[in-house]
Amino acid sequence: MANHTEQVRRTVLSGSGFVYWRRKISNTLFTVLFSSSILIVLLPLLLIVGYLFYKGASSVNLNFFIHRPAPVGEIGGGMGNAIIGSLYVVGLASAMGIPIGLLGGIYLGEFPHSKLSTVTRFVADVLNGTPSIVTGVFAYTVVVLPMKSFSAIAGGFALGVMMIPTIIRTTDEMLQTVPTSIREASLALGVPYWRTVLSVVLRSAKSGIVTGILLAVARVLGETAPLLFTSFNNAFYSYSLSEPISTLPVQIFNYAISPYRDWHRQAWAGALVLVMAILIVNMGVRAFSKQKYEHTL
Amino acid sequence: MTDNPNHFAGILTEDLKAYFGSVQVLKGIDISIPKNEVTAFIGPSGCGKTTFLRTLNRMHELAKNARITGRVLVDGQDIYASNIDPVLVRRKIGMVFQKPNPFPTMSIYDNVAAGLKLMGRHSRKELNDVVERTLLQAALWDEVKDSLKKSGASLSGGQQQRLCIARTLAVNPEVILMDEPASALDPISTAKIEELIFQLKELYTIVIVTHNMQQAARVSSFTAFFYLGELVEFSDTRDMFTRPKKKQTEDYITGRFG
Repeated sequence: MANHTEQVRRTVLSGSGFVYWRRKISNTLFTVLFSSSILIVLLPLLLIVGYLFYKGASSVNLNFFIHRPAPVGEIGGGMGNAIIGSLYVVGLASAMGIPIGLLGGIYLGEFPHSKLSTVTRFVADVLNGTPSIVTGVFAYTVVVLPMKSFSAIAGGFALGVMMIPTIIRTTDEMLQTVPTSIREASLALGVPYWRTVLSVVLRSAKSGIVTGILLAVARVLGETAPLLFTSFNNAFYSYSLSEPISTLPVQIFNYAISPYRDWHRQAWAGALVLVMAILIVNMGVRAFSKQKYEHTL
Repeated sequence: MTDNPNHFAGILTEDLKAYFGSVQVLKGIDISIPKNEVTAFIGPSGCGKTTFLRTLNRMHELAKNARITGRVLVDGQDIYASNIDPVLVRRKIGMVFQKPNPFPTMSIYDNVAAGLKLMGRHSRKELNDVVERTLLQAALWDEVKDSLKKSGASLSGGQQQRLCIARTLAVNPEVILMDEPASALDPISTAKIEELIFQLKELYTIVIVTHNMQQAARVSSFTAFFYLGELVEFSDTRDMFTRPKKKQTEDYITGRFG
């Protein structure tokens, strides 16, 4: 027995022998396996961004950001109205989705085991998995039909509905990660419950909640389907709540399916701008999660 | 119940029973805890001493399905009376927990000032005074006076616990309940906390739960021994450790069970 152990030790240390080589080979094998998996994950993203730059970068210029679409046949024009429109509609969606999602999430996080919470959590998960086109149909039925018009508010409503479940669930989960001991510390100081939730619990979970909100914004920023028959499209700059409004995804869609080469060029540019905007929001998410990390240190 | 009836009772309980759902944890406790003294609760794990401590500032009822029957009188006032706001009870009866629990997102200064800040407006000057006074009381001032803006979580475990004590003192309670305040700390930090408890008893009524018999002997004037949800013996600490009256107490403090 002692002899055997000694032998294993010697073979391993001397860098030769079966055990050593088996370990060496499997190490290399798995390193290659894991690295190539990462490449496979990264490749589509790199290809998409690269191709967008290749096709779209040359058309992204100042005119693209400030001008509205030019009539067919006329060279020039831009997506200025669609960029503003997207910000406008996403702003409306946030004004609706963030407060409702946040308040709902706080309820779930603070009363995690009540019957209402269990039901709400289930409904939120189902809603989260609902195809966006279905949400669009819903918004069409409850907003567009009664108003008898496509409108910015209908688009904001559709996107807002899509934001709610994401925000509810991240807020819920973030609040539940705040340890009981922190709540008790505050309550034991004679701080009322509502104040404890607002000033201590929410504050402890702040960065996670903001991350959830930004992810929800980034997600709806690129949504096209629910906007097709809610906010529709508009060739002009519009700031009216009750009129159709142009958004970047819908404008890209319209240009991409058109037969004109110049419009295709602009669609590529629009896609590039949209992807960059989403990337920037996601970088904001990273900055926020990093801040949290430094704080706990 | 106490052997020193001369002492004015700070906390008095009458037939106090506590439950978690259908499980009864305390089986009718009658005790009279003297004012401005340190009283230690000892007993094996699960004997109900922590639950009893938490009934004294209405923290027990925060747990799911938790309830009590009986009375708890603090300065003659029943804290479970229907017209009493539990928030005000907790303001008067502070609590220090087993594991140091400073607010992780707040600075050292804000941790101490948290109780006051969250209750209402206070002038900067007033807050500064309270922070300095309580950190001095908690023997932490010299170590943190130059880094009040740093995160409370950046301190060592022992410092965090003293920070929590300062935080409790800042809201000016009359009673301080301590739930094994030194059990997660090293011997040097433990000695500091014990020293602190000894000094604080001049101003506050202190109740400390401990698993450490030597600690109970060192810091307390009175000791209560709990076993299976009952108060077995309550007497002068010296008497308890030299001439225990009950067989169970003697068995426990000599290490025969528990």
